[in-house]
Amino acid sequence: MDNIDRSLLNEFQQDFPLVARPYAAVAERVGIDADEVMDRLARLSRGGAISRVGAVFRPHAVGGSTLAAMAVPDAELERVAALVSAYPEVNHNYQREHRLNLWFVVTAPSNAAVQAVLADISARTGLVVLDLPLLEHFHIDLGFDLKWS
Amino acid sequence: MELSDSDLDLVSVLADGLPLVDRPYRAVGQAVGLSEDAVIARIKAMSAVGIIRRFGVIVRHHELGFRANAMAVWDIPDPLVGELGRRLGDSPEVTLCYRRPRRLPDWPFNLFCMVHGRDRDAVEAAIRGLAERHGLASHGHAVLFSTRRFKQTGARYGRRPLAAE
Repeated sequence: MDNIDRSLLNEFQQDFPLVARPYAAVAERVGIDADEVMDRLARLSRGGAISRVGAVFRPHAVGGSTLAAMAVPDAELERVAALVSAYPEVNHNYQREHRLNLWFVVTAPSNAAVQAVLADISARTGLVVLDLPLLEHFHIDLGFDLKWS
Repeated sequence: MELSDSDLDLVSVLADGLPLVDRPYRAVGQAVGLSEDAVIARIKAMSAVGIIRRFGVIVRHHELGFRANAMAVWDIPDPLVGELGRRLGDSPEVTLCYRRPRRLPDWPFNLFCMVHGRDRDAVEAAIRGLAERHGLASHGHAVLFSTRRFKQTGARYGRRPLAAE
């Protein structure tokens, strides 16, 4: 990874050019040509550094979502985590260090669809699923400063 | 702002990512039945009203060496949570900051911050710094480090599967 890669990763996380040829606009700013910008972004995506070039939507602007938590007995964690991950509506699913040890985000076209997923998981596992929907968000999303130094 | 059917299709494609082609907005427009100019105009409009919070390169923390992440939570009295939330949300260490409901007795916390760092020590130090700067010591608190990522993919807002942050 060289300085041009670092620029591509850190300096274009917001306000991506909204012009007919955005990669050419990026290219001009970092001093290479548009094809090389696309090649580098493709390589960084393949390597996993970039998820995508795209939009982050305000939660609840379109459809519904919630954060859910469960206290899963250790012996069942593997099985329950796999059951939860198998829902297409579940997009993040993490083990965390707490009695509530499984945390996941459910996103669906409507709040009713979100609630249906939570109810289904609870019914299939026999475990309580805590529903912790967002009430207010405080963070202005400017991307993630990679703090190259 | 009302989202039209073509907006919802556009939302799906934009959450998925721009194609790496010379004129990506034209390509996106062809997929959803809009002109290149209309795609650009709709992205600007959705950004202006805050439906799109950010439009650009979306990086993966873990893959770039930020391997530790914790959810730091506090139990803040309701009259104070808005002001503290805004201060924490403006802090550079904080990636996301939300107010969520308590669920007593299982869950007494109402303010949630995500903190990412290169390792556990860095994340712990960042959270200690936040607590000191914002006078949080007297409030109930927990730090939930993530120990395993089972899934990080597909949010579905629209009618087709989408890639998630």
